[in-house]
Amino acid sequence: MKAKGWRDLPPGSVVLEGGSAVKFKTGSWRAFRPIWIEENCIQCLFCWIYCPDMAVEVKDGKRTEFDYDYCKGCGICALECPGRKGQKAIVMAEEGK
Amino acid sequence: MAKVVAVTGNEACANALRQVNPDVCGIYPITPQTDMMQRFASFIADGKVDTESILVESEHSSMSACIGAAAAGGRVVTATSSQGLALMWEMLHIASGDRLPIIMPVVNRALSAPLNIHGDHSDAMGARDTGWIQLWSENAQEAYDNTIQAFRVAEHMDIRLPAMVCLDGFIISHSIERMEYLEDQQVKDFVGPFRNFLPLLDLDKPKSYGPLILTDLYHECKRAQHEVMTKVADVVLEVAKDFEKLSGRKYGIFETYRLEDADIAIVILNSAAGTTKDVIDEFRDKGIRAGLLKPRLFRPFPYTEIADALRHTRAVCVMDRADSFGGYGPLFMEVSSALYQAEKRPLLMNKIYGLGGRDYLPSHAAQVLTELTTVAESGKVSTIKEYIGVRE
Amino acid sequence: MATPLTLKELSKKEDRFTHGHRMCSGCGAPIVVKIAMMATEYPVVVSNATGCLEVSSCISEFTAWNVPWIHTAFENAAATLSGVETMYRSLKKQGRFDKDKEVKFIAFGGDGGTYDIGFQSLSGAMERGHDMIYICYDNGAYMNTGIQRSSATPLGADTTTCPAGSVIPGKLRARKNLTKIMAAHDIPYVAQASPSHWLDLAKKIQKAHEIKGPKFINVIAPCNRGWRSKTNDAIQLSRLAVNTCYWPLYEIENGVTRITVTPKEKISVAEFMKPQGRFKHLFSPENEGLLQRVQDEVDREWAKLQKEAKTD
Repeated sequence: MKAKGWRDLPPGSVVLEGGSAVKFKTGSWRAFRPIWIEENCIQCLFCWIYCPDMAVEVKDGKRTEFDYDYCKGCGICALECPGRKGQKAIVMAEEGK
Repeated sequence: MAKVVAVTGNEACANALRQVNPDVCGIYPITPQTDMMQRFASFIADGKVDTESILVESEHSSMSACIGAAAAGGRVVTATSSQGLALMWEMLHIASGDRLPIIMPVVNRALSAPLNIHGDHSDAMGARDTGWIQLWSENAQEAYDNTIQAFRVAEHMDIRLPAMVCLDGFIISHSIERMEYLEDQQVKDFVGPFRNFLPLLDLDKPKSYGPLILTDLYHECKRAQHEVMTKVADVVLEVAKDFEKLSGRKYGIFETYRLEDADIAIVILNSAAGTTKDVIDEFRDKGIRAGLLKPRLFRPFPYTEIADALRHTRAVCVMDRADSFGGYGPLFMEVSSALYQAEKRPLLMNKIYGLGGRDYLPSHAAQVLTELTTVAESGKVSTIKEYIGVRE
Repeated sequence: MATPLTLKELSKKEDRFTHGHRMCSGCGAPIVVKIAMMATEYPVVVSNATGCLEVSSCISEFTAWNVPWIHTAFENAAATLSGVETMYRSLKKQGRFDKDKEVKFIAFGGDGGTYDIGFQSLSGAMERGHDMIYICYDNGAYMNTGIQRSSATPLGADTTTCPAGSVIPGKLRARKNLTKIMAAHDIPYVAQASPSHWLDLAKKIQKAHEIKGPKFINVIAPCNRGWRSKTNDAIQLSRLAVNTCYWPLYEIENGVTRITVTPKEKISVAEFMKPQGRFKHLFSPENEGLLQRVQDEVDREWAKLQKEAKTD
């Protein structure tokens, strides 16, 4: 894509499209990857509310897969996950392994 | 139609603002601007305008609030002087960078230290690189007329830049002069309704004002901003033409006085131009072909046009009521830059006068014109920059 | 009608602060922001002080804000927003804005932009009575520029401008109590909150929106870079901040103080500090006295707050 020239810029450098950051994927920052273990999930949605990157997808009030396009791998979800009977529903694994 | 009145410069500007009826204004006191906006506050209190005022706790917040209000989508004004303008400095760049047509009368006053409340141009000259349009005014009439015209220029859809209208502290802001007011309706019609451009309050199209832009695009942003400035002079002239139809008063991007056939000339801003014109008449009576150029539009600076107007003279003195310590006066720097491009150009000198409200007397103008006569004859300038009216 | 504050219901709402922002991995601030935006039912305009949140959420043509948003400078998020809010009132009064549409206004600033450089602008906007919520995300230092001391930096903390050296053990002054200072402005609503207690935070935002006039909410926002902690502990640390009473959760509504969350068991502030590298030096024997001073300060403030608070 050709980089923008000065004539192509919106006046006052105003960003005209709300929420356009979704086009910027932050998933590549990840060193560790959260893995969702569905059978241990009680659907408390703590992972969803505490995720700083809105990277937990929820459909009809139930969490589904992680959105790895944006997950930065901080691990808050895994730490906060209460799991089921002491078994975590989210564990962290090193990327690339 | 026009109403002849005897008013101060501050009162004239306050009335211009009343006639324009802005949506929001920032108010903060500073001598000698204070009574302009306090008069405007009375208009608000008496229901003569629809304006909502923001009685801020500093000029920095005043300009910040004005930026927020202008980005929200509406007509915004404030006014200031001296330290107040200096405190706004950071925000001035943001107002212009965000392309917000805020109008601000600046009642020119010296800068501290030492503390001084009187008229000089150090404040506005310090803001010359902030991306604001600057219109300068010789007297109350011009301050009033410039204030009204500034809205049309700043809000022009090709421009959308903030503009300051400069008038001399005390000399103009507090002296009563004879001038003419337009009818309220005439001003209203002339300025027209505010036209929105990327308003923040357009909730259906959420916009973000003020992104972080680094090496990839910042340079381009500034280039685009420069481009807008190149269009300002034409708009100023177009607006002046309309204004002349309305008022009978003619404005350009600068004024010349007996300059067409002049051998020597003085370039000077604002109120001191009046005194200078009188002395020029005396010199003309003595057979000396003297003239004057008084810039009105200082930002953007009309380099080519000013060079064309001065190139035929033999010697020119640029008079600055502000200094750039270790440099020439700011007006001198512009005029000499303008003339450098001319093949045939006059000899140039720079006099610093009237700092902190020091009186500019006819004798000072006479002294300068006499020196210019010598310079023109000898072809030599002994000292480029000198203070005049200063005690040794 | 307001969305019930359950995670199930909240999760059905569209994000007004989106992913794709570039805050550090594990940062507490975006959690604060997302909860605040979720709890806001109304159309809203956001103002943002220069700082981590601002530089990471709106870069070139990428904005994480799906609502109107404005950033102008560091020290003036409140003043800037007061301008937006005033224009809204002016246009509404003149019939140039939909009279049935109610818009809310939120300013976000970090502790540097709120406690320090933006303090005057905040104080002025609150005193003028603008209808807005100012939310400070307090991570206890200038984190965007690389962990410099602010007046929100806690006693004893190591920062790059008050480093724990061989002679001086970090910051020697206690934090400024900004929440109380804002309460002293006699504004209708002031609160302190934590992202760990998301419901408490969301309720405070909802409540604040229903109160006309200026509101101030101070929210702790762990910064793993500056606190020298792990990327996964923002919620854990903010919970510890509450349970140690280092960061009590309370609100002051029309002058009446109410503690909204009382820890079941008040634990030692050392529990909050231990996982943070910025306090590491306080756990060596020569700094025992300073560590005790931190505990004493927390105890004193907590006792004071309990005394002020209305018991339900």
